[in-house]
Order: sequence, then C-alpha cells, then structure tokens
Amino acid sequence: HLFIHSISIFQAVLIILHLSPFGSLLFSPFSSHLSSSSPIPHRERESFDSESLLSPFPQISSSGGISAMDRSPKRRSISPDDATRFPDEVLERVLALLDSPKDRSAVSLVCRDWYSAESWSRRHVFIGNCYSVSPEIVARRFPRIRSVTLKGKPRFSDFNLVPDNWGADVHSWLLVFASEYPFLEELRLKRMRVTDESLEFLALNFPNFRALSLLSCDGFSTGGLASVATHCKNLTELDIQENGIDDFGGEWLSCFPDNFNTLEVLNFSHLNTDVNPDVLERLVSRCRSLKVLKVNRSISLDCLQRLLVSAPQLTELGAGSFSQELTPRQHADLEHAFGLCKNLSVLTGLWEATAMNLSAVYPACSRLSFLNLSYTALQSQELASLLPHCPCLRRLWVLDSVGDKGLEAVGANCPSLEEIRVFPADPFDEDMINAVTESGIVAVSQGCPKLHYILYFCRQMTNAAVATVVRNCPDFTHFRLCIMNPGQPDHTTNQPMDEAFGSVVKTCKKLQRLSVSGLLTDLTFKYIGKYAKNMETLSVAFAGSSDLGMQYVMEGCSKLRKLEIRDCPFGNAALLSGLEKYESMRSLWMSACNVTMNGCRVLAREMPRLNVEVMKEEGSDDCKADKVYVYRTVAGPRRDAPPSVLTVSSL
Amino acid sequence: MEGGVAYENGLNFKATELTLGLPGSGETEGQGGVRNNNKRPMPTPETNEEESQAHKAADRGSRAQIVGWPPIRSYRKNSLQAKNSEGEASGMYVKVSMDGAPYLRKIDLKVYRDYPELLKALEAMFKFAAGVYSEREGYKGSEYVPTYEDKDGDWMLVGDVPWDMFMSSCKRLRIMKGSEARGLGCGV
Repeated sequence: HLFIHSISIFQAVLIILHLSPFGSLLFSPFSSHLSSSSPIPHRERESFDSESLLSPFPQISSSGGISAMDRSPKRRSISPDDATRFPDEVLERVLALLDSPKDRSAVSLVCRDWYSAESWSRRHVFIGNCYSVSPEIVARRFPRIRSVTLKGKPRFSDFNLVPDNWGADVHSWLLVFASEYPFLEELRLKRMRVTDESLEFLALNFPNFRALSLLSCDGFSTGGLASVATHCKNLTELDIQENGIDDFGGEWLSCFPDNFNTLEVLNFSHLNTDVNPDVLERLVSRCRSLKVLKVNRSISLDCLQRLLVSAPQLTELGAGSFSQELTPRQHADLEHAFGLCKNLSVLTGLWEATAMNLSAVYPACSRLSFLNLSYTALQSQELASLLPHCPCLRRLWVLDSVGDKGLEAVGANCPSLEEIRVFPADPFDEDMINAVTESGIVAVSQGCPKLHYILYFCRQMTNAAVATVVRNCPDFTHFRLCIMNPGQPDHTTNQPMDEAFGSVVKTCKKLQRLSVSGLLTDLTFKYIGKYAKNMETLSVAFAGSSDLGMQYVMEGCSKLRKLEIRDCPFGNAALLSGLEKYESMRSLWMSACNVTMNGCRVLAREMPRLNVEVMKEEGSDDCKADKVYVYRTVAGPRRDAPPSVLTVSSL
Repeated sequence: MEGGVAYENGLNFKATELTLGLPGSGETEGQGGVRNNNKRPMPTPETNEEESQAHKAADRGSRAQIVGWPPIRSYRKNSLQAKNSEGEASGMYVKVSMDGAPYLRKIDLKVYRDYPELLKALEAMFKFAAGVYSEREGYKGSEYVPTYEDKDGDWMLVGDVPWDMFMSSCKRLRIMKGSEARGLGCGV
C-alpha cells in the first residue's frame, strides 16, 4: 500500500520537478543538513527506516535489492532516456536535504535512481528493533551513514519483565560499523546491552566520533565512560541516562584531557557516586560551547552556583541535590547565578528541593519551556508559588504529592502547556491522602487547551472526568492513564472504565499512543478498533474479557505498530487474529495471557518473516507461552538468544 | 494453588486435612494475586460495600507483589525509595510535652513556615509565654524554654539552627520549665 500511495504522490511531484529544480521545497518540513543537526529526541523519531529495509521488495538480494526494482511495474513511467532526468549528483544533493525518515522511505520507493540516490545521501539511520535487521544488511543498504540510533529490548524490560541476559548487545553492530562506517559520528542507543569492552572499542576505532547517548542501557561501568573520555578527542555529547550500571567512582570525569574543550552536552544525572567538583568546574569552564549540563545528586548547591556563573549560556540544566541548607548569603548567590542564565529552556534534577531553595531558581524561569519536578515531592503550595514565574511552560513533570490543588495551580498558570506527566511519589501507599484524583486532571484540561500529551498515575478515576478532559482538549496525541490498582472500576458508578477510553478515541482523532487501565471489558477494545485509526502504540494491562478484545484491535487499528499486552485473557484465537498485521508492525508483546506454544507454532508457520520468541519462566507449564515477543525481521531467527528465550519455528 | 473445597465422593477431605494454618485460612486464595489469574470472569460491579473493601484489601497486599506494576522505571523507583527512607512522609508529626502537663500533644511541623509561627502555636496550645529569643541568651524573660530532641538524641534549644535543618532533625519537642530550664541559654 505504501508503495502505490507514494508513487501517486511522487508522480505528481515529478511532474512539478520537470518545471522546477527545487523539488525539495515540496517535501514535508525538514531541518538543516544532518551533519550539523542537533540531537533528535527519541520519541519524535518515526521508525519508517525499518520499513524501507523490508517490503515491498521481497527478494532483497545480497546486492542490495536493486534487482527487485527491475521488476517493478511502475518503472514504466520514468524512462532512462528522459532528457529532463537529473544527473545523480544533483539528485543526491536535493535528496540530502531531507531529514524526515518518512520522506526518505517514500522517496526511496519512487524509482531506481531515487532509491540509489537516497541510499547514498542518507547520513542517519534509525532502527527501532535491533533484531529486525542485521548490521551487514544496513551497511549494504546505506553506505554512508554517520549517525545511528538503535533500540533493543522490548519496552516492558523497563519494568523487569524481561530476563537480564535477553540480548540486544551492541558489540556485533560496532564490529560491522568499524569496517563499514569508520567515520561514524553519532551513536544513540536505547535499551541495549553495552559493555565496557564495547565502549572502549568505540572510543578507539572511530576517530570522528562525537556524540554518545545511552538511554536505559545496561552492562557497562564507569570504566567504560573513562575510555570514552580518554580517547574521543572530538566528543561533543555524552548523555548517560541509566539504570543498571556499575559505579566504580567518579574518576572517569578526570579522564578528559586538560586541553579537551569541545563538549556541548553532558548528562550524568543518574550516576550515583561522587564526581570531583573541581574537575567538573574546570571542564565546564573550558567548554565554551556547553549547552546542556545535567549533573547528579553528588553536586552540591555551592558547586552548582559556581558552574552556573561559569556557564550562563546553558540552555538545559539538570541541577543536583537541592535540599542543602543555605545561609541567606548562599541563597542570594545562588539566586544571582540563576539570574545569569538567560537562555534556560529546560530545568530538571532538583532532587528533594525544599521550598526555600526552590525560590532561588525563579530568576531563570522566564523562558523555561520544560520543567521536570519529578524528583522532589513538592506540595501544592510550593508548586503554586513556582508556576507564575514560568509563563512559557510547555512541558511539566511532577509527582502526585502536589495533589489536585497543585494541578489546579497548573491549570491556572500554564496556558501554553502541551504536556503534563504526573508520577506517583509513593506507588505502594494506598492510603496516600492528597494524591491526585480525577479532579486534578480535569482542572489541568480546563486551563490548558493546548494539552496533547498526558501521562497520569492515579488511584481513582471516573468515566465522566475523562470525557470532560478530552472535550476540553481534543487534540491529544498521547493519552496514557494508569489507574494504579489493577481492574479498578469508576469509583462513583462502579462501572467499567470503557466509556472513558471510548470518549478518548472518539474525540481525539490525532491519537497516536494510548495506554489503558482500570476495569475494562471487550467494549473498550471495540471502541479502540472502531475509532482509533491513527493509533500507533497501545499498552494494555489487566483488561478485557475475551479473545474478542484483541481481535477488535487487530482488525480495526490500521496504523498499529507497537502492541504490548500483559495479564489479559487473550488466547491463541486473539494472537492469530493479527496474522496478517504483524508484518506491518514493529512488534507485539504478550505476557501472562492465555497463549500456548501451539498457537505460537501456528503463527511461526504461517508467517515465516516474523520471529516468534517465547520466554519461558521456571517451573511453568510446558504448553503455556508465558511471555511472547513477535517482531518482523529480514535477518532471520536470532543466533544470540539465551537458553530461556526460544525462537518458535513451525517444527 | 489450592482454592475452594473439594467434595469428591461426598467426603470433604480438605476440611479434615491436617494443616498448620488457622481454620478457614485456606479459602482466601482466589481473591488476591492477580498475577496468575488468567481466567477472568465477566466483571460485575461490586454491590456489597464490605465485600468490595475486602477485595480491595486483598488486591492491595498483592499489588506490591505484582512484577512490574505500576509501570514505573527502576531509576525513578530508586530515587523515590531513597527519599522515603529519609523519613519525609507527608505531614511531619512530632510529640510535644510540657513539664507538668497531664498529657502530650502532637503537631505537624510542616504546617509552620518558621520559628515565630511555631512558637505562637505552642504558646497558644499550652498557654504559656516563651520569652524573647536571642542567639546569645536564649529565651529571656520566661521560665518556659522550648527545646527539642534531635537525631543524635541531644536536647537542643529551639531556634539555633536554620528552620529547614530544624525540620529535618527534630524528633520531639519539650517545653522545659523552672529550675531545669536554667543553664539552657538563660543567661550566660
């Protein structure tokens, strides 16, 4: 479908190109050439790169798939003898201006020349599932890559549902990159396994390497960071957002050479041990291009004050511990230092910030667009005092300690708010008074009409409240509601929460991502299948009544790409209802459902281009498929799976 | 996982089985533990208030046992746990005793913004006057002196340290009176 759709668009474009050589202006919004691009946030990237690596060329041969193009019927419309055909260099130059992966995928399907030009001009590749393709295939397809983004483990590994040794090790990729992409500049990894050996290999084998971003990765220690600091002479970005790394002390920071000064992004906010504040201060003062600095809790307010004075050009700041008692003099100095930062758009960190200390940041808040207060349990009054200082706020993350009153303050003070995330301060405390309820989310929606992203952890919710919220804010693209007690109904009517999510999908036509919770019957999924036509990601837990639930989704949600399900009564019939769908999706996760090994075998037999993997739990029934992970791939079954992960074949 | 009562052959083996548990304790298996409960019946609204409370209570206990629920990433949970172990619960209630008073009171320190507010509240609660505080001389002009026990177990004069430090280290308050109060900052 994508093939034909693209052809019709681009036939039109080609006609226009005949008239004007500046065809690039007609493509969807693009930014500047990739070699000087700023880091693209993970969640904004689409995964359509993977699509261009798969269908519609079923016989991708070892020469890279060009032969399949010869059989494409659409080639009739472009004749190689056409006098107005562009020379390759011009075509490549034009296509090089394209950034959006969607556009690039579409462009590559137009004709052989465009396929080739796009391959040669592509500098960045995004691989949403590292097992969907092999590094060799990527290197053959795109010979001149400078920047790679790789994602590994299924998202539920964040919540300890995936065994530690599951895989997604980056090393095999680095080995191929060392020979195929020796000029690699950027590597961004999410949920991959990265060892110190790999980090050292990276640091030693890529002389132009500039930017390393590790998000939710594990397997390395501060020793690996030391290798990077020591050997990467041109490093501009070091962004470590972790859980699960071994902390052997802060000496790695001292490994940056004395004359090293190119750093623009430094984030070590989740490392637990102390770094030497003097070393940090010296590093910051000599890196005049530093724009993003996120420190960890070991950095005191005194040190922070000095850092700000020497780096007032920062656009993003992650402060460290904010609970230190300050004398009036220290407080004034800190406030003055924050006042020097005229360009701050992001403020995070602020661990255990006291109300008193928080007032020191006010002078820096006038241009703030993203404020992350989720590491300190603020009360409603403290939030209400802070928000009037942030008139431009577009994104806010808080803990539910601010209560409904705090959220009323959000509604009253943040007219430009587009995203709010409310995390639980104490997820296992049932009796938490002053936590947020349905009133809070309604108050925010009333005051913030531009809201399009919400993540809300709560202990109670009503259908009526959710309906009100989406009536106030019909433009939601991401709606993630987590009622923390599994299977909890509407607390005023005792009805299931079906109508709540029904109102979400009926009203929010642009909805891309949905997470459901509470007591839900198959009706919720009937609504989703019928109305959520733009939804790409769906997360379901403790919901549904029968196989029908999942069937509704598989049949109705044409744009579905990622589906993750846990603890639902969906069995083999549900799994197999999506048979024709899984190849157009990135992945499916089903755990603690009713799927059996036989169901998996049928799926594997019918769809040979899917990997159907089952993670067995100890002591469970041999017939049950406890955790199932299904994904499309052109690389065949994994060869590095641990013993607990079975790739199901039709045998 | 055993649940329910087996009546094969008309004999209630379960009831006569020797176990170490309390009588009837084997019958609550079905309620909590959503983890392995794959066969869910059609959900019906709870009509009996008491029943639904009990159901919620059972779920509560089991919620802490459900792997990966609620879906919060580990680094976030770790920073929360570190916070909780420092004792920052919502509401900081400390006992207040006064020499000679028949019973103690409890106050929430978080309600007060600074020392003057706290002292005013204490004075109102116990009907006394604390005197004027100075760093050099403590509370002058009163035979009542507000003191507190800190984390180390020492009795300190209220007012010496910054308010935030006091909030985090104060374990209980005691309003001393009379001869005991002398020598605690009352004059040099």
